[in-house]
Amino acid sequence: MFGLNKKDTSLLIIVACLTMFAPFILNPFPTDSGLAQFNAGYPDLMQRFVIFGIFAIGFNILFGLTGYLSFGHAAFLGVGSYSAVWMFKLIGMNVIPAIVLSVIVAGLFALLIGFISLRRSGIYFSILTLAFAQMSFNLAYSVLTPITNGETGLQLTLEDPRILGVSATADGSIPVTNLFGLEMRSTFEMAVGPWAFQFNAGYYLCAFIMLAAFYLSIRIFRSPFGMMLRAVKSNQQRMNYTGLNTRPYTLAAFVISGMYAGLAGGLMASMDPLAGAERMQWTASGEVVLMTILGGAGTLIGPVLGAGFIKYFENIFSKINDNVLHSWFSFMPDGMEDAVVFLIHPFIGKGWHLTLGILFMLVVIFLPGGLVEGGQRIKGWLSGRKAKDDGKAAGETNPAE
Amino acid sequence: MSKFDVSRRGVLKTGAMAGAGVALPTIFTASSAAAFTNEPTGSTVTLGFNVPQTGPYADEGADELRAYELAVEHLNGGGDGGMMNTFSSKALQGNGILGKKVEYVTGDTQTKSDAARASAKSMIEKDGAVMITGGSSSGVAIAVQGLCQEAGVIFMAGLTHSNDTTGKDKKANGFRHFFNGYMSGAALAPVLKNLYGTDRTAYHLTADYTWGWTQEESIAAATEALGWQTVNKVRTPLAATDFSSYIAPVLNSGADVLVLNHYGGNMVNSLTNAVQFGLRDKVVNGKNFEIVVPLYSRLMAKGAGENVKGIHGSTNWHWTLQDEGSKAFVKSFGTKYGFPPSQAAHTCYVQTLLYADAVERAGSFNPCAVVEALEGYEFDGLGNGPTLYRAEDHQCFKDVLVVRGKENPTSEFDLLEVVEVTPRAQVEYAPDHPMFAGGNLGACNPGA
Repeated sequence: MFGLNKKDTSLLIIVACLTMFAPFILNPFPTDSGLAQFNAGYPDLMQRFVIFGIFAIGFNILFGLTGYLSFGHAAFLGVGSYSAVWMFKLIGMNVIPAIVLSVIVAGLFALLIGFISLRRSGIYFSILTLAFAQMSFNLAYSVLTPITNGETGLQLTLEDPRILGVSATADGSIPVTNLFGLEMRSTFEMAVGPWAFQFNAGYYLCAFIMLAAFYLSIRIFRSPFGMMLRAVKSNQQRMNYTGLNTRPYTLAAFVISGMYAGLAGGLMASMDPLAGAERMQWTASGEVVLMTILGGAGTLIGPVLGAGFIKYFENIFSKINDNVLHSWFSFMPDGMEDAVVFLIHPFIGKGWHLTLGILFMLVVIFLPGGLVEGGQRIKGWLSGRKAKDDGKAAGETNPAE
Repeated sequence: MSKFDVSRRGVLKTGAMAGAGVALPTIFTASSAAAFTNEPTGSTVTLGFNVPQTGPYADEGADELRAYELAVEHLNGGGDGGMMNTFSSKALQGNGILGKKVEYVTGDTQTKSDAARASAKSMIEKDGAVMITGGSSSGVAIAVQGLCQEAGVIFMAGLTHSNDTTGKDKKANGFRHFFNGYMSGAALAPVLKNLYGTDRTAYHLTADYTWGWTQEESIAAATEALGWQTVNKVRTPLAATDFSSYIAPVLNSGADVLVLNHYGGNMVNSLTNAVQFGLRDKVVNGKNFEIVVPLYSRLMAKGAGENVKGIHGSTNWHWTLQDEGSKAFVKSFGTKYGFPPSQAAHTCYVQTLLYADAVERAGSFNPCAVVEALEGYEFDGLGNGPTLYRAEDHQCFKDVLVVRGKENPTSEFDLLEVVEVTPRAQVEYAPDHPMFAGGNLGACNPGA
């Protein structure tokens, strides 16, 4: 189907099902139960899952295939966001022009940075991209304040021209982002018994775009171009000696992944029309590296899983406070309750980084291939038990590469 | 090879299941036509406390959270009631808000607009918060205020001192109790004139975001009106922790006053750097070199230690005030936590009470009803004397305190002394003042 082999088709269908039914899958606990704290099926977080999924998929095209570790990818995300918000300010609130412009601008920016940075490889390339990203961040943060509004962040105002739309709605508020009239923030709430599921227009737009991006990435992985990129990863010198110029290939991969990042930035701005400079900070660049490695670099589904994993921790664990803990452990005797809360306290709320760091260490030490390797091991273990005589098939199972 | 066959039967089965899934909502969905976003229908109401728990303003954020927890306790009838007893409005009964028990969720803004908005969004979308409050940075406050306007919930700003919060970026759903840069300038100028004269040259170091910009503008305008000169205005990144490279040029600039438009951790570091460079012992143009910190707080004074002695600034509220409201608040805060509250804690506590009171008086959680109840509202007994929530820009008008770092502190909390209480009339301005012009409240948005 779609020019994919069976394995890839099934992977695509699985991802499609996961994204389409995410509002159900991510809300497994009834709204009024204590475990509702762990529900992640609200629009903002679901949007983040797929948007950062796109970002990580794009990063993986560069890092997973060519092995070039860029430490400055957040710059493209930020540039994409700024372009999108400017489109909302100048043209109108339809998301299509904003997303298109953000991809184009990020692509051009990636061409420029890639052209310079790709003259070096390995650690030097990483440092160059990091330097460029920090430069962009500092420019956005202070020097380019008229364009970026600095630390405050670029926001919509009632005075924006919006030549193809209206500056303000009839009741005097700022119009909201939409897709030909379909408001991005409109949410259909479905109550099934004690559960509440939220279907958000913006989320489904992002999800469809992510599926397209995922499909494109499969095609790139399987194409001769992808093969060439893999060859760059395995031994670039040998390729150069055979008389092949690898620069155009790596540059193309860099620009494609920059455009993916721009797309993610444009979508972020479309869901919430604000762009802040901290989106370009090196921590944001590092985050996408973490996502890719955590999920499994070089695999198709890995980066998406990694993105979901990190965003889940950031949004769910950071919101657990001592009060919530006390309510969980209220069944214990007083002294013990306080002791347990005291022990867990450093790992929740503002300590979510610590929890994530520990999990990251565990994954890197015990599952060097990332979450995908974990999945493969479980699968191998299960199928190994089910059909002992068919042990060879289990060894061969390698769904993501 | 894993096997994957698309059979006709499989497709039909999947199709039937998907169809059933799509049809399901029509069976279960009750008509949930809420009148406004997150209308509380159960026996509880959820408020969202969005404060910085990490970053340069983390100390302020922690104190704000304490104040919010105290306010919730008082609203639910716990504790000694604090300022609810001294508040001029007696609508609050100590039985929650409109009989609904108050619950709350917390979030970390990280002092970043992006993170703050994500956190506020999850409070609105996931936890069903009907009001968001907090923020220890004007950039964050403005970003979250915009979000609340779009989503249709009320935003009660916490510690935000930028003119823009109720100026160019004001929103109908947003309210600010804290004072602003203009008021600091208006309150400080006469005191500075008496202390340092009219022939001074000032050098500004400014946190590079909306608050720093507007405070710098306000202070420069107020001091230039005295006859001072402004020799240079240097912007420093909010995330900076070492200011020595910014302090060194001050020495050679010919300035004899350094204005630090910094707050929180920034101010602690820049003031410490400035003192280490010996600025305070310098004599320039035949005058002692002076440092002014326009926005001051006890938490900052604590962080900067010895260095704050004799340095002047302005503040919204101070725990040594002797009116009934302040005394009641300091007493209940001190009983619960063992130390006096900061100005950030005070404004957040007051904002929570004001919101609850407005809901009680309006008889509804509907944001538009709350806006109506708060606009033009006159109240007293919350620590700042008679106060007005002006309808034109949703800014509170009240007395402003000018304070000085105490030379001989008697305790670790007794770090500031009130030099002057600037009356409300002196810090008032027209809603269309040039420093606040360009914004538009728009209409209140109930969402849904």
